[in-house]
Amino acid sequence: MRLREIPITAWVGMFGIAIAFFCALFAPLVAPYGETEVVGGVWQEADAQFFFGLDNLGRDILSRLIYGARTTLFVALAATVISFSLGILLSFIAAVSGGIIDTAFSRFNDLMMSIPTLIFALVVLAVLPQHLIVLILVMAILDSTRVYRLGRAVALDVAVMEFVEAAKLRGEGTTWIIFREILPNTLSPLLAEFGLRFAFSILFLSTLSFLGLGIQPPAADWGGMVKDNKDGIIFGIPAALVPGAAIAALAVCVNLVVDWLLKRTSSLKGGRGDA
Amino acid sequence: MSNSTETDSLPGQRFRERFPLLALVIERMLLSILLLFAVSVLIFGGVEALPGDFATTYLGQSATPQAVANIRSELGLDRPIVTRYFEWLGGAVQGDFGTSWASRNSVSEQVGKRLGNSLFLAGFAAVIAVPLAVGLGMLSVHFRNRMPDKIINVISLAAISLPEFFIGYLLILYFAVNFGVATFPATVYDGMDFLDRIKAIALPTATLVLVVLAHMMRMTRAAILSVMSSAYMETAELKGLSAWRAIARHAAPNALAPIINVVALNLAYLVVGVVVVEVVFVYPGMGQYMVDAVTVRDMPVVQACGLIFAAVYIFLNMLADILAIIANPRLRHPR
Amino acid sequence: MPELLSVRNLRIEAVSHPPGEPPRRITIVDGVSFDLQKGKVLGLIGESGAGKSTIGLSALAYGRGGAEITGGEVILNGTDLLTLDNTGIRKVRGARVCYVAQSAAAAFNPAHRLGDQVIEASVRHGLMTKEEARKRALYLFGVLGLPSPETFGNRFPHQVSGGQLQRAMTAMALCSNPELIIFDEPTTALDVTTQIDVLAAIKHAIEETHTAALYITHDLAVVAQISDHIMVLRHGKTVEYGSVQQIIEAPTQDYTRALVNVRQTARMEASDQTSPLLKSDNVSAQYGNGFKVLHGVSLHLCKGQTLAIVGESGSGKSTLARVITGLLPPSEGKITFNGKTLAPALKNRSRDDLRRIQLIYQMADTAMNPRQTVRDIIGRPLTFYDGLRGAAKTARVKELLEQIEMSNGFIDRYPAELSGGQKQRVAIARALAAKPELILCDEPTSALDPLVAEGILKLLMKLQEEEKLSYVFITHDIAIVRAIADSVAVMHRGRLVRFGPKSQALSPPFDDYTDLLLKSVPEMEIGWLERVLDTRRMESAGN
Repeated sequence: MRLREIPITAWVGMFGIAIAFFCALFAPLVAPYGETEVVGGVWQEADAQFFFGLDNLGRDILSRLIYGARTTLFVALAATVISFSLGILLSFIAAVSGGIIDTAFSRFNDLMMSIPTLIFALVVLAVLPQHLIVLILVMAILDSTRVYRLGRAVALDVAVMEFVEAAKLRGEGTTWIIFREILPNTLSPLLAEFGLRFAFSILFLSTLSFLGLGIQPPAADWGGMVKDNKDGIIFGIPAALVPGAAIAALAVCVNLVVDWLLKRTSSLKGGRGDA
Repeated sequence: MSNSTETDSLPGQRFRERFPLLALVIERMLLSILLLFAVSVLIFGGVEALPGDFATTYLGQSATPQAVANIRSELGLDRPIVTRYFEWLGGAVQGDFGTSWASRNSVSEQVGKRLGNSLFLAGFAAVIAVPLAVGLGMLSVHFRNRMPDKIINVISLAAISLPEFFIGYLLILYFAVNFGVATFPATVYDGMDFLDRIKAIALPTATLVLVVLAHMMRMTRAAILSVMSSAYMETAELKGLSAWRAIARHAAPNALAPIINVVALNLAYLVVGVVVVEVVFVYPGMGQYMVDAVTVRDMPVVQACGLIFAAVYIFLNMLADILAIIANPRLRHPR
Repeated sequence: MPELLSVRNLRIEAVSHPPGEPPRRITIVDGVSFDLQKGKVLGLIGESGAGKSTIGLSALAYGRGGAEITGGEVILNGTDLLTLDNTGIRKVRGARVCYVAQSAAAAFNPAHRLGDQVIEASVRHGLMTKEEARKRALYLFGVLGLPSPETFGNRFPHQVSGGQLQRAMTAMALCSNPELIIFDEPTTALDVTTQIDVLAAIKHAIEETHTAALYITHDLAVVAQISDHIMVLRHGKTVEYGSVQQIIEAPTQDYTRALVNVRQTARMEASDQTSPLLKSDNVSAQYGNGFKVLHGVSLHLCKGQTLAIVGESGSGKSTLARVITGLLPPSEGKITFNGKTLAPALKNRSRDDLRRIQLIYQMADTAMNPRQTVRDIIGRPLTFYDGLRGAAKTARVKELLEQIEMSNGFIDRYPAELSGGQKQRVAIARALAAKPELILCDEPTSALDPLVAEGILKLLMKLQEEEKLSYVFITHDIAIVRAIADSVAVMHRGRLVRFGPKSQALSPPFDDYTDLLLKSVPEMEIGWLERVLDTRRMESAGN
């Protein structure tokens, strides 16, 4: 892979993601004001001092946006990492073992997927205590069903290849086959899927927060900020749109990178096909 | 098939041999019913198995043990879970979802009113989105890898990244507040005449259309492209057929099934999409009802709404599969 | 006689997209010229990638998958097809020039009845009315020997067999009375015993309708039966072009000679075949769904010798190999190796048992992990079975590379950077690394260019001498069997129909199936097809 072959859209995407992560890591240094600090009037208009204006309690929107990047990125990333590890592990075990294990895992996964994710999350969150860990786990488990489905398909594609059979004939164990034979050949599509799941997690978390079921105040997070400021809209105050735009921009950036990864994967496949 | 006189094959097998298409469709329907049953277990049983005591939730953390015990018996929570499940399921099948803990009203009554509103909104959005998405998908295929296709690709990529509430508020700010050409909130009531109703839901419909359009269009494009690149399309070209004839006679019958599938899948997606849009526009539908219930942990309402949303979703997915089965010539004309 | 088709200096290019590299233009066909007269057949022969299909499609002014005709002339009856506009070329396609694809199963539209598809071009081009076209289709179905021609057209593509579909496709091409038909490997996807019937039907139909044809194939013996002239292609260039007589009986180029002469290697049959290394005792096997694929197969192989297993696809020859390796445990019977009964299932065999039996696959591409270097591929069995690491391992890998006649420079290459023949050599080295006693070879040369295949066969025979190896060699190629085997097993529909030393197994008296199989394999001889058909006619007349 050479740098100059990366399309401009993917560069834009990576740049956007980098900014978001920079804000999240160095929020106290970058943000002009504190996360919960009241610095002026309610819904004060944007000016040179307050770049995006103030929110429904008179807090600086830019500062809360920067702090909010922390929560949003952390929760979305944590949920994605867990859902990915879980989904890939289970799907690879299912694909390599086959038989009853595969059938049982896959049928249960079908059942989980027959309920729309948001509806499932609403039902579960109605019962569980409101807690960050709970939120991350619920998001991760629901999302892992999608990862499982892709992981199983990808692993089965590779598992039927003759070099995997050759490894079995040599007497290699399941661990070697999963990690040395199958995984290296599935990295590209899985990486793209990781990006896709991450973008979905950001949107999903924001939606939950917007509905009041995600991250609880006063901690800043982008979806919650939309909820806090939504009443301003009818007075023509765009405060709710700023965090909304941030969510959209981040999701667009991730999708731009994913789009490039997916195209790369398909061209790799094409390269293999003509051999 | 009861008049079967041959003893060497089971009636089920004979039926399958004589009507393979019908057998597959019936099989798929039975599977959906089984799935719905499993989902009801998951929504009822799974929820009860999770930590957290409803009675404590109901009364608040400071309640005395005596009060908790009273409320448990009043709500029937002290009886075995299996008994309660079958009572709940039995009621649900007859359209009775019990009483709301928060308002003490009949859940079914509320659901009856709001389900109609939600389906109206989703249906209206579908009527606009489906032809638009299929048309744009065809346009994209026609200009494959040229400028219009690339522009559609970039815009749709951006559109699938936008959260529903962002689109919703953006539309409200411009069309309802700044220009004043649309109404907000989207209030509807019984006996409202059709035109007023359409006007009230203009913005939520537009939001839903934008949300679902990009997905549907991208999937339509992929479905048509895979048909267009098949070997029989090359045969049609090498027969010297006109482009129009090749598409109408050879591509269309084969592209129909995947497109129907795409549409049905996206309708299922649309049904879920109404939840957020209803909250944004304060629209009196099922989504709003469910979110409110979740916030106050009103379990009978949450379970009822969850089951209904899941049922609609499963039904649409089943419809997609059945239409795909029917459209498959291999199954319509068995060997 | 005036030329029907004249191709002059044809040049075809395409843009290739190698992964991880910028796209570049490659030349698929370079400076090819030929002439075809009315009613004659020209055979285009070459390996995959030789550009033969691309040349065939150029007679329809069509470039598949982004191929672009960038130079030369394709003159059909005085008109250069490459100068026609879209409407002009559409009037040629399906009316004056027709195409028969390799895979009729994919080329027919699954949504329409065969009859409607067969007559479509004739009717749409206004050459005949629907009724006339139907009548002609009926006639052609009969000429091509399709069962119940009256109702055949009412069927859908998935309702008829592969051989019948290929004939229906030929009928579709012949329907509009074209001047020229392009046959693009029409029998390649079929079994040998089916191929001969389709081949005969095509030949008969060509003679009946006096159409000219371009017949594209990779099998010289097939094309020798049907063509008047042959053009041999390699890497997009003409190797040799002449009459069938000249190409078959007096080839002037090395490449053509390799195609014609078949084998220069020959092995004397071992005289003693009594002390078996591998024994299969009454082995039956079935898949999970209860479908029985092997029925009581008993055979054996002696140390240092080669057993060739011959059969068509679906005969169970590869299944037998899977049973021997333990991938598919037998439902009945047992496999004995070195006098010891092997555990039926792979997972119950000891590492040493696994080491003694190695497998070489047909497709070396998919048999090696694309993310591992040659060092890793050959080195893994060394580490796994013998615990070799570091310098000792590298030294042994280099030794093995030398044994398979490849230089040390290949040690850090990935499979994608090797040619087809080199990949198969590395696969052989991987098998050798385990120090096996028996190697199962599953059609190891059938995907290779004949010159390269010859090299692989020679290597295998050299290694057999050096390492005292025994081979089970699975193949459908009788010529290879004659060249390398000591004993031969013929399989048909999961049963062993013939087994014995080569000299006995391949000499009469034959059982029915072996007779049919041996007679169906095209021989490099002009007039072979007629001879076989005559014999058949006489036999059926005698009955």
